[in-house]
Amino acid sequence: MKKLIVFSFILFTLSLIILSFKTETPNNAGQLVVRKDSVASVKAFKKVYTVLMSARCMNCHPSGDVPLQGDDSHLHTMGPKRGIDGKGVYAMKCSNCHQATNTPGLHTPPGNPNWHLPPANMRMVFQGRTPRQLAKQLIDPKQNGNKDLKKLIEHADDGLVLSGWNPGEGRKLPPMSHAEFKKAWLTWLSTGAYAPSK
Amino acid sequence: MVSLTINGVQRQIDADPDMPLLWVIRDILGMTGTKFGCGVAQCGACTVHLNGEAVRSCVTKVSRAAGQQITTIEGLSVNNNHVLQKAWVEFDVPQCGYCQSGQLMSAAVLLRENPNPTDQDIDDAMSGNICRCGTYPRIRAAIHQAAKMQQEGAKS
Repeated sequence: MKKLIVFSFILFTLSLIILSFKTETPNNAGQLVVRKDSVASVKAFKKVYTVLMSARCMNCHPSGDVPLQGDDSHLHTMGPKRGIDGKGVYAMKCSNCHQATNTPGLHTPPGNPNWHLPPANMRMVFQGRTPRQLAKQLIDPKQNGNKDLKKLIEHADDGLVLSGWNPGEGRKLPPMSHAEFKKAWLTWLSTGAYAPSK
Repeated sequence: MVSLTINGVQRQIDADPDMPLLWVIRDILGMTGTKFGCGVAQCGACTVHLNGEAVRSCVTKVSRAAGQQITTIEGLSVNNNHVLQKAWVEFDVPQCGYCQSGQLMSAAVLLRENPNPTDQDIDDAMSGNICRCGTYPRIRAAIHQAAKMQQEGAKS
């Protein structure tokens, strides 16, 4: 009897220890299991950051209301403005020039059926953000477009995000493939979405 | 064949679906009020309305316009009596005139969406329409005048 009590106690203690290391966050998106690991998380985010700060992502996440343009991220010529919904204003709406697909040739408008900036009430600025600032912003629903973990995971395959890897002629690609980016993105999220120290 | 409605008239166009709408308007239909400027959506000379929006027809494939409503400068008004056209005449806006149909089509969208635009609103709306003659001050003045005429017309 005494042995049974001791065995039960050991089993209970072991269970507690195992559970304390395994922090699962159930969700409906691809059964992503969160196993907190700050070192792996920060390492993955450094990769994510290089992509998000590349021209293909940052140009549509400007600090002002004019989008950026080109591999050097200069202000968009003609000065189009964000507008309330992020789709431009008056005669300067994004889709007036940006078609559903890339227009052939150099210096022509790249295309996507859903071309837009973040809306005025949720500007989701990348430009000028440090890795720490951007990481914290990305997981804050009040700053990330009300995205929970499920939506953040899905966002890696968003049509407009994917168009960063199909930017039209003469434009530089992000610094890694979409598959590598997605792997880093999911790693960052699944290890606790830790923000770098700076 | 592509079916288009241009200035209220339905047309059957025998053209490649990838052909720029501008080519259809100018070369196939012979409506030359809309101009070719840069060919890459940077100057605004080719601006027409597609379902009321000021698209650059040089980069808009005709397939995008299929079954949609297109308005060119020839269809902006019945007798050149759109308030903008009247104000353009009053202020003698054009110099060489090449960019002016695009300017008018863009300004028409502005006035529809904002009946009382400020200078900043005008700049925001018109910054994609370049004028090599530099008629910008007259364009701005004429848009203000057209807005006034539009408001007076609405009252009467």
